[in-house]
Amino acid sequence: MISFELNGDKVTYEGDPNMPLLWYVRDELNLTGSKFGCGVGMCGACTMHLNGQPVRSCSTPMAAANGARVTTIEGLNSEAAVAIQQAWQKLDVVQCGYCQSGQVMSATALLENNKQPNDQDIDMAMQGNICRCATYHRIRAAIHEASDTLAKEVS
Amino acid sequence: MFIEQLQHHDSVMHNISRRGFLKTLGIAGSGLVLGVTLPSFSPAYAAESGNGEMNLFVSIDESGEVNIICHRSEMGQGIRTSLPQVLADELQADWERVNVVQGLANASYGSQNTDGSRSVRHFYQTMREMGASARTMLEQAAAEKWGVPVEEVKAIDHKVVHQSGKSLGFGELAAAASKLTPPDVASLVFKNKQDFKYIGKGLTIVDMHDIQTGKTQFGQDVHMEGMLYASIVRAPVVGANVLSFDKDAALKTPGVADVVAMPERSFPVGFNSLPGVAVLASNTWSAQQAAKKLSIEWTQHENQSHDSGAFLATLQERVKSKGKVQRSVGDAYAELDKAENTVQASYSVPYLAHATMEPPAATAVFKDGQMEIWACTQTPQSTQNTVAQVLGLEPSQVKVNVTLLGGGFGRKSKPDFSVEAAILAKHSGKPVKVVWSRENDIQHGYYHAISAQHYQAGLNDKGQVSSWIQRSAFPSIGWTFSGNTNEPQSWELSLGFGDVPFQLPHLSCESHEATAHARIGWIRSVCNIQHAFALGSFVDEVAVAADKSTPQMWLELIGEDANIDPGQQGFEFSNYGETLERFPLDTKRLKHCLNEVIAKSGADKPTAANEAWGVSVHRSFVSYVAVAAKVKVDNNKVTVLEMHSAIDAGTVVNPDRVKSQQEGSMIFGLSIALLGEISFKEGKVQQSNYHDYQVLRMNQCPEIYTHIIDSDAVPGGVGEPGTPPVAAAVANAIYHASGKRIRDLPVKNHMQV
Ligand code: FES
Ligand code: FES
Repeated sequence: MISFELNGDKVTYEGDPNMPLLWYVRDELNLTGSKFGCGVGMCGACTMHLNGQPVRSCSTPMAAANGARVTTIEGLNSEAAVAIQQAWQKLDVVQCGYCQSGQVMSATALLENNKQPNDQDIDMAMQGNICRCATYHRIRAAIHEASDTLAKEVS
Repeated sequence: MFIEQLQHHDSVMHNISRRGFLKTLGIAGSGLVLGVTLPSFSPAYAAESGNGEMNLFVSIDESGEVNIICHRSEMGQGIRTSLPQVLADELQADWERVNVVQGLANASYGSQNTDGSRSVRHFYQTMREMGASARTMLEQAAAEKWGVPVEEVKAIDHKVVHQSGKSLGFGELAAAASKLTPPDVASLVFKNKQDFKYIGKGLTIVDMHDIQTGKTQFGQDVHMEGMLYASIVRAPVVGANVLSFDKDAALKTPGVADVVAMPERSFPVGFNSLPGVAVLASNTWSAQQAAKKLSIEWTQHENQSHDSGAFLATLQERVKSKGKVQRSVGDAYAELDKAENTVQASYSVPYLAHATMEPPAATAVFKDGQMEIWACTQTPQSTQNTVAQVLGLEPSQVKVNVTLLGGGFGRKSKPDFSVEAAILAKHSGKPVKVVWSRENDIQHGYYHAISAQHYQAGLNDKGQVSSWIQRSAFPSIGWTFSGNTNEPQSWELSLGFGDVPFQLPHLSCESHEATAHARIGWIRSVCNIQHAFALGSFVDEVAVAADKSTPQMWLELIGEDANIDPGQQGFEFSNYGETLERFPLDTKRLKHCLNEVIAKSGADKPTAANEAWGVSVHRSFVSYVAVAAKVKVDNNKVTVLEMHSAIDAGTVVNPDRVKSQQEGSMIFGLSIALLGEISFKEGKVQQSNYHDYQVLRMNQCPEIYTHIIDSDAVPGGVGEPGTPPVAAAVANAIYHASGKRIRDLPVKNHMQV
């Protein structure tokens, strides 16, 4: 049996341990905020946090979640996450929105690890997240914006 | 579909507050509901009509809530925001109290197809009329209540105010207004441009909050009790059918409920499902795992000899000789012989796939003779009609719900995936969701056609162009629907080829045959992709030969300010379904964009030694876009540093959404230029996922600047016109930075990107 914490709740699972976390969360728990884009770790649409680190849940088997703390977009509420979501709104980042939960997950993880990322840090952290609508440069600007907000709150 | 012709009628407003069918839309009540009849459409392929019935609605209920039915699909272009904001402005409504309701597939809306960049273009005026009508009726209702002349009252901020200062909210007036006859559209008074509160403002898109918190429902997200998940293995070669497969191996996989052979198919492929085998399971993963165990054998089909490399070589050979003349002036061939200097070059663009971030998905339920579908579709009506036709149902037995779309780009205007879901739902009696994987999406698309172009120019001793010959060859979208079309159609050549905006004394535009070996479809900006790439590159080459700057060459070729009518030179020009009177091909606007982008970008200023600017300009979807791109080339590695565009799209409703569409469509163009390539070997697509069908990522994304040209002209298309000029601008910049001329896209086949 595999058990772990999902968005603060304890869940248990007894099926195929090779099933990717993404499909468990989407199909069995009906939490569809994490998206399917490629299934092979190439696009970032399925990004979740596993013990605080961003992972591609389409390529993370259930076995790897055992005992872990998993957060999806639905459970995201850290200070960095709020700053990211506000910046996203302020700069009208979103187009179709499909990639955006993955973008928000990756960006939040970035700010939680590095409060003041420069453009290169951002490119590095975000290049695994494809946006076919190409909201890239607004994402970049919004991450800077959120990082400034966080810096102000601290001081 | 972008090929449809809009017949210009005047719209008529109806007070439909008491019509029973509004209940089905969830907006019935005791308030005011206005509907409007839009002109009918005559699409070429999808039988959709909206004859004389209601197709757009606004309602105001007694609590003052305003509901606007948006009948177009949202796919990132912000249409669920832009259309309502026009209406809300004329209505004097408070945007905070406006709800946007997604319209169901319903022939009475008129065409709901969302492509061809025309939602705002076609509905801007109608939205204003509806808003102004409702406002006038509310004012009239207030005047009657107070017993004062209507001239003494005025709607403002969601209420009607009398000059004495008293006021009544829209909600309080809704019931009374619903009993009035709508005013004659000709008598309506519209707001002045300077009084606009929402039009021309960048309102935040209505779905923003839900998107950020993962609450929105896309096609892939639909969930129903007892639903089965389907994974389908489709014929790898178009034309092949299933010969045999191993049902048992798949059935033994845990979670699998059924294994179903999809119906056999022949030509034309149309919007039909593809042949193959479907696995139905209790979750996506089980279905996908079991699908790998099917060991399907396929029948033979001659398309299995299709090799895109060899095919392109044939097209490239063909365009070197004279083809079928589509437009001509003077005698381009005689003039070419007399020329002082001649330039010629051939260009090619490979097959391309849409690769929308959300792969296609549809869910269907068949119950009591009724089919209900939830899909990320750009075309709810053609989904309804195609499903009805394939399953032998009446369109009235098929209900289509439009989810949000995780990108469309033309892929989701083909309802093949909904047909699959409907077939499987009918077969199984349970709700079925068909989930396309990324591999399915890349390998079973409706591809942008592979193409070859050839250009020749003659120059006189002053370096002026005296003769111009251009040729194009590519498999036609028409083949997808006819099964036998084997040459470019005039409406395809109307996308940046036969409408070449030059006023030259000797010109010949010609096409060549090409057979289709794959499903050919339309992708963001369609044939403008190859035509703008070839034209924009060749103008640059001619400029180099004539020792002039590229903008200078463009201005000479375009010539005087004029409205060009390619029809007068024998070309059957479809002009995006619009008349030339309403949407002329205006050289002045084209030149203005070019001048503007140079002024704003500084593309005429010197750069570092290994850097350079490239420019191009193009009219498509009745809008005008010029692009300037700056690149750096280091040891055969290309970095795009900056891209600027100037867009003249007539009146702009939501500048921020125009800007974001411009950013998106230019990066889409840059993906095509640098990376995009689908190739076929033995009739099969060689690529399968984002590792080998690459699209641009953040680290490759240049700085982007959009300059919107202020205009009062009728709104033009937005969403596609930003794509076409990009590839030429970038290839030209690469040439000027490195001396290397890229004539065959993508750039990655020649240089590091
Ligand atoms: S779906 Fe997981 S990285 Fe693309
Ligand atoms: S917003 Fe559409 S894919 Fe990113």
